[in-house]
Amino acid sequence: MSSKLTSLRDAVAELVHDGDTVAIEGFTHLISFAAGHEIIRQGRRDLTLARLTPDLVYDQMVAAGVARKLIFSWLGNPGVGSLHAIRRRVESADPAPLELEEYSHHGMVGRYVAGAANLPFYPLRSYFESDLPAANPNIRQVRSPFGAETVYAVPPLKPDVTIVHAQRADAAGNTQIWGLLGCQREAAFAAERVIVVVEELVDEAVVRSDPNRTAIPGLIVDAVVVEPFGAHPSYVQGYYDRDNAFYLEWEAISRDPAALDAWLDEWVHGVGGRDEYVAKLGPERLAALKPGPAPSGSVDYGAYR
Amino acid sequence: MSADFSRSEMMIVAAARELAGQKVCFVGVGLPNIACNLAQRTVAPDLELVYESGVFGARPARLPLSIGDPTIVTGATATTGMFELFAYYLQGGLIDVGFLGAAQIDRFGNINTTVIGDYDRPKVRLPGSGGACEIAINAREVFVIMRQSTRSFVEKIDFRTSPGNLGGGADAARLRRDEGWLGRGPSVVVTDLGIHRFTETGEMRLESIHPGASLDEVRATMAWEPLLADPLPSTSPPSDEELRLIREELDPLGAYTR
Repeated sequence: MSSKLTSLRDAVAELVHDGDTVAIEGFTHLISFAAGHEIIRQGRRDLTLARLTPDLVYDQMVAAGVARKLIFSWLGNPGVGSLHAIRRRVESADPAPLELEEYSHHGMVGRYVAGAANLPFYPLRSYFESDLPAANPNIRQVRSPFGAETVYAVPPLKPDVTIVHAQRADAAGNTQIWGLLGCQREAAFAAERVIVVVEELVDEAVVRSDPNRTAIPGLIVDAVVVEPFGAHPSYVQGYYDRDNAFYLEWEAISRDPAALDAWLDEWVHGVGGRDEYVAKLGPERLAALKPGPAPSGSVDYGAYR
Repeated sequence: MSADFSRSEMMIVAAARELAGQKVCFVGVGLPNIACNLAQRTVAPDLELVYESGVFGARPARLPLSIGDPTIVTGATATTGMFELFAYYLQGGLIDVGFLGAAQIDRFGNINTTVIGDYDRPKVRLPGSGGACEIAINAREVFVIMRQSTRSFVEKIDFRTSPGNLGGGADAARLRRDEGWLGRGPSVVVTDLGIHRFTETGEMRLESIHPGASLDEVRATMAWEPLLADPLPSTSPPSDEELRLIREELDPLGAYTR
């Protein structure tokens, strides 16, 4: 088993290029803020950012000037309000326009599914009598080859790079996730290159003891990075809760371009990497996010010889 | 009976009561979240809460801060992934009620959550569809919760994100049938002033007015002349227990009720 262990700095330097389509997925859960910040620090430009829910991480990346386009299905600060840096780009081209390509959630999920399954489109029963197809010519009607029924189709999405945060992986990149799965699997299988960022590195034997929990096989993973608290201020089921105070603070920070720049200077450009960010947050803030225990029962897979 | 309650509390309570007798509810972003969680603690203890983040049968121990909160996972019946959730559960026809919020709604229950103004150069860029478009099409029926104002109850929505009763009348029902939609569309809109249902022609009609709200206010907060049930009953005020659940358990910080 060859190790794919590397640093986030090296993984981003090697695998994320200017002009790439990048998907940092994770529905509220498991959002790789660590990778987003590293991409900002390395000054990538002209990225197309794909995510169902852009969340704060893409507001920060858009504000930092790494992106020219956004592919998405729900644009907001979940449970709080707006993503103001993105809104400024869209509503007033401030400081520059941002191209949008917009779907519904099922449409975005289907795009990754088609990408992962190497299909020319994904059919779905959505978009009837909605204005979305008029706003996005990539949402098209198709007739069933087996009858008169008409459904809508969306094209495959094959990111150049998908970045997934997860609870644990082995050094070969066999990755286990529990809690909300979002479309981590689909986005990873659809991608040309995959970076996995984990809370914990585990032995291959740990993965093999519970194969039902493996979401992403090392087969499709290019780099494994161990970065505890790498999803903060989002959360990791069983490890830490969402730092909701920060999501609330972001509302005011992102409203004010100067405050946003100052935040990026302090928390992204002003730290060398995730370890410094975590140290800067301090142990008290992180300890407050630790959930109580709720262990799963264990199952017996049986030994068959 | 409690004399002192806010309009937001009345709205949330009235919305939760609508879920009595329902089995499977797809919980939308924002106000539907607290209404559905209140329903599970009151009128519908066996209600299966479905979250688009990929959870079936959530039993949240606290009010989820968002629809992707870890509390919807711990103790749930199943985490599904989003593909399975949208393809098998929603599109497969297992959702009885889709509970949605809206920025704009018209008299036929068509919903806008995308933009205010022109799509290409919007005055306000709203979040967009999320799962709402396919929920509006595939959930057996749709409940809506939103505050009334002249900005939200409009003659013509700026963008149709999620279809309701389209242009109304028999055409909407026929089109839903012909195109193979599973859902029959919106059946109730609960606001801070009252409860609207839909007539046979697919138009909203005020069926109940909340205590403390006046018909003048209802009219002043809608772009069209509302249809009124006759007689028009008054909504039962929140009980002490409903208010206690909202104030002490679900929303002690008042995020939804301010």
